[in-house]
Amino acid sequence: MGSLGMIIGTWLAGFLTLAILSFLYKDNPFYKLAEHLYVGVSAGYWLIYVAFFDVEPMLVTPFMEETGVEKWILIVPAALGIIMLSRWFPKTAWLSRWPIAFTVGVGAGLGITANLQGYVVPQVQATLLPMTGFNLVSLNNLILVVGVVTTILYFYFSKAHKGVLGVTAKIGIVFIMVSFGASFGYTLMARISLLIGRLYFILTDLLRVID
Amino acid sequence: MKRTVPLIITFLTGTFLVMSFFVPHAPFGELEQRLLVWYAIVAGFTMLLGVDSLIRAHARKVARVREGWGFSLALLAGLVATVIVGVIGRVQFGSPFHIQSPFMFIYTYTIVPLQATMFALLAFFIASASYRAFRARNWVATLLLVSAVIVMLGRIPIGAAISQFFPVAQEWIMDVPQLAAKRGIQIGAALGAVSMSLRIILGIERSYLS
Repeated sequence: MGSLGMIIGTWLAGFLTLAILSFLYKDNPFYKLAEHLYVGVSAGYWLIYVAFFDVEPMLVTPFMEETGVEKWILIVPAALGIIMLSRWFPKTAWLSRWPIAFTVGVGAGLGITANLQGYVVPQVQATLLPMTGFNLVSLNNLILVVGVVTTILYFYFSKAHKGVLGVTAKIGIVFIMVSFGASFGYTLMARISLLIGRLYFILTDLLRVID
Repeated sequence: MKRTVPLIITFLTGTFLVMSFFVPHAPFGELEQRLLVWYAIVAGFTMLLGVDSLIRAHARKVARVREGWGFSLALLAGLVATVIVGVIGRVQFGSPFHIQSPFMFIYTYTIVPLQATMFALLAFFIASASYRAFRARNWVATLLLVSAVIVMLGRIPIGAAISQFFPVAQEWIMDVPQLAAKRGIQIGAALGAVSMSLRIILGIERSYLS
């Protein structure tokens, strides 16, 4: 990209940044323009992304280069993809349930194995922590185990939260609230970091107030 | 035909993927990979449906000159321009994602600043919402407030300048109580997802067919 392109790009980015930030005053045409542009450009971006990283390398290129069964078997996903577009025509819209059923089936199959292998087993494994005596590490491990168990019990609604379950649920809510507060603080700081990045861009690249 | 065939397809694909996880012998592994590639291809086609829906909604607004039609026109122009530029990049440079491609110009100078500023804008709204929600009305709300303040102060230099307590406490909160609750929620959510997946495979949950 030449220097003229960079100048135009910087002014464009500056205008769009200020247009979005103008919403802090009130809803206005500049914000609406930037908002609509964001949706349109993002949709175009993802369309090209899917075509280039998904459909072309997985369907078009193998179909051109492969031979025999490897080539012709690709007609199945291509047909399913095209059938998905039958939603455009009301009379044949019901056919789109087939590819939807396929994607739902794959998603459900992966949902079982991936969740068990990727979340449940590793998280339970990581919670089985050693108690090595009366020290800070053991205390933290104990708090962690108690936190995990009581949080899970808090979300157990098949029995009224009374008695022992009531006490554990109350301990669980302590962990949940601390966690939500921490997550909130973490998210807010990430957003402020982005805001600092945009202000830095305006002051350095656009206005050149700071070198 | 309209409901039975999709239910059979879901059952077969779901069951096959679960089986292939537990059977480490040919042809399961290879077929599993093939199914995943097919899944990506079919999912790619759904993008066309989404974009079509977006274009229809905004083209209708422009054609009928409804209020805000100019913004819809800008949306459509942005979409079409991005796709055209992407195709040009593919033809000219072999990839729309080539650093010199005009497609990357659009990415760098429109999508990146727009996305970053949109998320930055949320900082103000999160802050104003938290002002209303974080009032220490009871002891659990106070816990939320205190942990949020400690994490926020602990992650910035001024927190450490006030007291070394903030960065240390922030680290402890993130590593112990926050992790414990997050882990409990993750385990619960994963078990819920497994049971929902089972319901879908067995045909008990059919809402996706409506």
